[in-house]
Amino acid sequence: MRNIWAIAWKETKTYFASPMAYIVGAVFVGITGFFFVDAISVPFPVASVRGFLDRAVLLVMPVWAPIITMRLLAEEQKLGTLELLMTAPVRDYEIVLGKFLATLFIFLGTLLLTLWFVLLLFFFGDPDPLPLLVAYLGFILYGAAALAVGLLASSLSPNQIVAAAVGFGVLLLLTFMQQAADQVKGAASTILGEVALTGHMDDFLRGILSTKDVGYYVSLVALFLFLTVRLVESRRWR
Amino acid sequence: MPAMIEADNLTKYYGSLLGIQGLSFQMERGEVLGFLGPNGAGKTTAMRILTGFMPPTSGSARIAGYDVNTQSLEARRHIGYLPETVPLYTEMTVTDYLTYMGTLRGMASKQMAHRIAEVIGVCHLEEYRLTYISKLSKGFRQRVGIAQAILHEPDVLILDEPTIGIDPIQVVETRQLIKGLGGNHTVILSSHILPEVSMVCDRVLIIHEGRVVAIDTPANLSAHLRSTQRIEAEVRGPSAEVMPLLRELNGVQDVRRQGDGLVATYVIEARPGADLREPIATLVVQRGWGLLRLQSVEMSLEEIFLRLTTSEEQ
Ligand SMILES: Nc1ncnc2c1ncn2[C@@H]1O[C@H](COP(=O)(O)OP(=O)(O)O)[C@@H](O)[C@H]1O
Ligand SMILES: [Mg+2]
Repeated sequence: MRNIWAIAWKETKTYFASPMAYIVGAVFVGITGFFFVDAISVPFPVASVRGFLDRAVLLVMPVWAPIITMRLLAEEQKLGTLELLMTAPVRDYEIVLGKFLATLFIFLGTLLLTLWFVLLLFFFGDPDPLPLLVAYLGFILYGAAALAVGLLASSLSPNQIVAAAVGFGVLLLLTFMQQAADQVKGAASTILGEVALTGHMDDFLRGILSTKDVGYYVSLVALFLFLTVRLVESRRWR
Repeated sequence: MPAMIEADNLTKYYGSLLGIQGLSFQMERGEVLGFLGPNGAGKTTAMRILTGFMPPTSGSARIAGYDVNTQSLEARRHIGYLPETVPLYTEMTVTDYLTYMGTLRGMASKQMAHRIAEVIGVCHLEEYRLTYISKLSKGFRQRVGIAQAILHEPDVLILDEPTIGIDPIQVVETRQLIKGLGGNHTVILSSHILPEVSMVCDRVLIIHEGRVVAIDTPANLSAHLRSTQRIEAEVRGPSAEVMPLLRELNGVQDVRRQGDGLVATYVIEARPGADLREPIATLVVQRGWGLLRLQSVEMSLEEIFLRLTTSEEQ
């Protein structure tokens, strides 16, 4: 546990010490802010976060998540510091969990900035707080899954650009599966829809909390983190 | 007392490419051993196995009694390691970096500040404790690397080419620093420079193309080199006749036979200087025996030595 915290804390500090953090954070808030304003600038605006969160899922996260994760394991391989980590009395899964926790901190930190929009909603409207919470919970779960995908991509090679591109590619694929599911019929549609990353967000955004959707994101995170640990381990065999 | 490091028949293949083959040795507490060998000899491979970074293809090793493969985490607790590339997080300050490494090595936070001050003193980094590592020269980075390796006071220190690529004055300082570490730690360092290992190490293990060529004290190694020369001859012929005739050759000091039957290998110890390969060949051919192999064994060691001795001037 101590190792996981030490790694998570170090990575979080490193991230927020770089100017990149603030540029990426500003872009995140800027774009989601635009979606927010756009979603409520309609004849009969609804006081909810659904309008900006669903577009953040589609258009922001597939790019944003790989940018946050690309450095984490790729740079350790490039600098050779992974050799020091892997010869310290630290388990391979502690390395991966520490890094993942750091990405969660960074994600939550950035998400805090969007609470400004929620405050505006409460100031000018009368939103129902429970669906808001559910929507945010869904977005956090979805974000965690996207970050786990990005972390896996980062373990593949010492090259950060490759990590970002692979992460983006996989997220895009998992997103477009939903579009594909809407095109076909029958069992294929069901399967594609169940596997796709975005469909499970719909209920959350409507304020409906279902264990199936929570289970989906949690298992996805577990699966991708497990694969990442295996890939880090495989460094020992090369 | 059990040995601090035991390596038993370590072998590592990268696919079909040989890394090291049949590496065995033991070390007592406080000893300093040098891995000596040219580039590609297998020094880094051996160290990566000992530090638990990668498993051997076959064979086993123990650090402080713990198997590096099956009790990896325990073994790793007893090791301080400086990889060849001196990997450091350049965006951290020296103190932050040491604190991070100390934490991962399981040091209690209470002793950390005190111990970091100590190693910063030992490695002469006082002026740079709050400097970002990216701003440090190669030589100072090397010292930070050594500082993180000794920080948690490990029983075993493994330093891969600790003096490569730094300027001559820093090389001298680093050698003195390492020499001072023996006694408290059991140290393995690797080098391709013969004078360096003779200066710093109690024993030298010479590796060439993945195989151990010799392991002994620097004094014994050079004495041995000066006193004899060894030739191996594989001969088909009646050994009762071969042995005495080989002994009679001018310059031969001793002959031993390996294997019996009609084909055997004769190990011939000769006075240095005299190259006996030609007289042996002539003798065997005149007698009508078969000469299957004739090899100057000690010559190859000498050649390695020669290469190692001269490489420092480059
Ligand atoms: N990761 C690797 N993959 C494939 N071959 C390797 C790898 N590391 C080392 N080798 C090979 O193993 C041999 C020994 O290398 P190494 O242990 O690095 O030698 P040294 O440290 O003595 O220079 C060399 O032939 C090298 O090419
Ligand atoms: Mg090497």
